Amino acid sequence: MLRMENVSKTYRHRGKLVTALDGATLHIPTGDFVSVVGPSGSGKSTLLLMLGGMLSPSQGRVLLGAKSVYDLSPNERAEMRRRKVGFVFQTFNLVPYLSAMENVKVPLFLAKMDEKAQTERATALLDRMGLGDRLDHKPGELSVGQQQRVALARMLANDPDVILADEPTGNLDPETSQQIIGFLEEFNGEGKTIVMVTHDPRAAKRAKRTLRLQSGTITCQGATDESLYQADSAVA
Amino acid sequence: MRLRTLVLREIFERKSQLLTSFLAILLGITVIVSIKNITYYSEKAVAREMDSLGANVLVLPKSATLQDYYAADLQSQTMPEEYVTTLAMSDLAGLDNISPKLSVPIELQGKTFTLTGILPKSEFQAKAAWGGAGIFSRPIGCGASVGMMGSTDKKTLARKRVIETLEDNEVLVGADVASKLGLKDGGKLNVLGKTFSISAVLPQTGTVDDSRVFAHLHVVQDLSKRGPVINAIEVIGCCMEISKGLVEKINHLLPDAKVVTIAQITTTQQNVNRMMSNLSLMFLVIIIFVGGASIANYMYANVFERRREIGTLMALGANSGLVLRIFLLKALILGVAGGIGGYVLGTILAMVLGPKLAGVVVLPMPFLALLAVGISVALALAASYFPARRAARLDPCATFQEV
Ligand SMILES: Nc1ncnc2c1ncn2[C@@H]1O[C@H](COP(=O)(O)OP(=O)(O)OP(=O)(O)O)[C@@H](O)[C@H]1O
Ligand SMILES: [Mg+2]
Repeated sequence: MLRMENVSKTYRHRGKLVTALDGATLHIPTGDFVSVVGPSGSGKSTLLLMLGGMLSPSQGRVLLGAKSVYDLSPNERAEMRRRKVGFVFQTFNLVPYLSAMENVKVPLFLAKMDEKAQTERATALLDRMGLGDRLDHKPGELSVGQQQRVALARMLANDPDVILADEPTGNLDPETSQQIIGFLEEFNGEGKTIVMVTHDPRAAKRAKRTLRLQSGTITCQGATDESLYQADSAVA
Repeated sequence: MRLRTLVLREIFERKSQLLTSFLAILLGITVIVSIKNITYYSEKAVAREMDSLGANVLVLPKSATLQDYYAADLQSQTMPEEYVTTLAMSDLAGLDNISPKLSVPIELQGKTFTLTGILPKSEFQAKAAWGGAGIFSRPIGCGASVGMMGSTDKKTLARKRVIETLEDNEVLVGADVASKLGLKDGGKLNVLGKTFSISAVLPQTGTVDDSRVFAHLHVVQDLSKRGPVINAIEVIGCCMEISKGLVEKINHLLPDAKVVTIAQITTTQQNVNRMMSNLSLMFLVIIIFVGGASIANYMYANVFERRREIGTLMALGANSGLVLRIFLLKALILGVAGGIGGYVLGTILAMVLGPKLAGVVVLPMPFLALLAVGISVALALAASYFPARRAARLDPCATFQEV
């Protein structure tokens, strides 16, 4: 499903080159649930953005399905994101002036769905996230856990094959975190491929596989294993 | 959810930030619309007054100013009535009609109007016949006074400013006077202690004549105790003769008076109108710079402030064209609102100020709505184009990394 072939990313920052990712090669099959761990600044977000077609690599290829993502035109890439990729963010990134309902409708509007169908689908999705009674609330009028659930509903709206989550529980209390991870497991159970960056060992353990990054290099890929987090916890 | 919903929600959420730009464009359009509106009606009034005023030459006291030719006889300067006789008895060719006037302010039921004394034509004819060489014995060739000769309808005064007969105890009242005081044909009116019968209510002309009461010149002279004086003589001169120097000849005949043609006087008004259109042009330039800069500045700030949101939309699959449309639609809404608002405010302003500044009744002009919205939309779109393009070209991921 997702493939990176010798991908590097260097940023130019005040004249100096910063290597955020260095020769990453990986393969994530359909239906996988991968957690990405590693110290701060190790390139986790960079990796995720590149997988999602949001950030072009300095070198190497990223493939989604059979397509090389960065050989597409920007508009084709936007279309690909709309159809295939769902992002979940640490800070939710809900549109502040739109209600929960309207936020979920945004991707449906981008898919040119008609107004009535939008309302039906958005209502169903928010219902599923247990927010049937918060449809008209703006993000500022929701708890953080509720906001992340709205973001999950919005991410699901266009039924993506791949879910890319960057510290989805980073701003949440342990209990709400568990709830969100539970939802992600549920989506994975429905066949969606998930890549989740996390600092939370408890969350990482729920994934099928863990990928460890260290200074822009993938140091370890394997089944989820307790030992992977020890170094990380020590750093944090 | 539609593009419109998205854009409108954002506008209403952050309306206070938009206010400065909106006010800049609104005020600019308001001023342009009101100037254009007043100028149009003022020009029209000049044309109509020239048309309705039978006279084309005015004889005024030397010191009189020419601010408003139509109200030239409302000034306090006077000249002797003999001038009329001098003119009537002269051998000048091309004088089709002469009408002397004396105007005095009067108060009727607490409201101020003007009492204007006029000399009916019958007296000239008498005078002329008596003098043996009167102007009315000559053929009339210019058309200016054709058709009024045999007319006995007193209402011709309103259009031709000439009246056949007027008895000492008769008055003609202007349309505004009649409506304000509730007067009718055949009624009675007490002016300066004398009771008159109203021989006619004149039709509306849209000029100062509407607030006048006309009576016999000599009666007005007596009642106002001004003696045998007049404020103005309106002359209908033959156009051909005017071009052959009629004005100079009259001036020669009456060296102590000021003789002007209507064309000369209306240039004053036309100059005012020209100045007004230059002023509106200047305002246009100002709003293009000030309004445009304000909108562009606001839009750049708005794009910067919303870069996370733009990134989110891009992550959700929006392409750069959609982002561009979001900002341009916002500009369009701003432009349409500013244009319509400016048209409405400008029209109201013109209707209120028109009568005070230019002495004309101003009505709304739908054409100006098109102009207002056109200018405003073009300006808003032009000023927002570069900020919108910047938004469309934002690097989507850069919007995530900075929190
Ligand atoms: N736009 C940028 N310009 C310059 N350097 C950047 C930019 N974005 C990221 N970097 C650098 O790239 C490296 C990787 O950043 P990245 O955000 O991927 O780290 P991360 O693993 O997600 O960290 P965290 O856990 O704190 O979110 C960092 O050293 C960072 O300073
Ligand atoms: Mg990160």
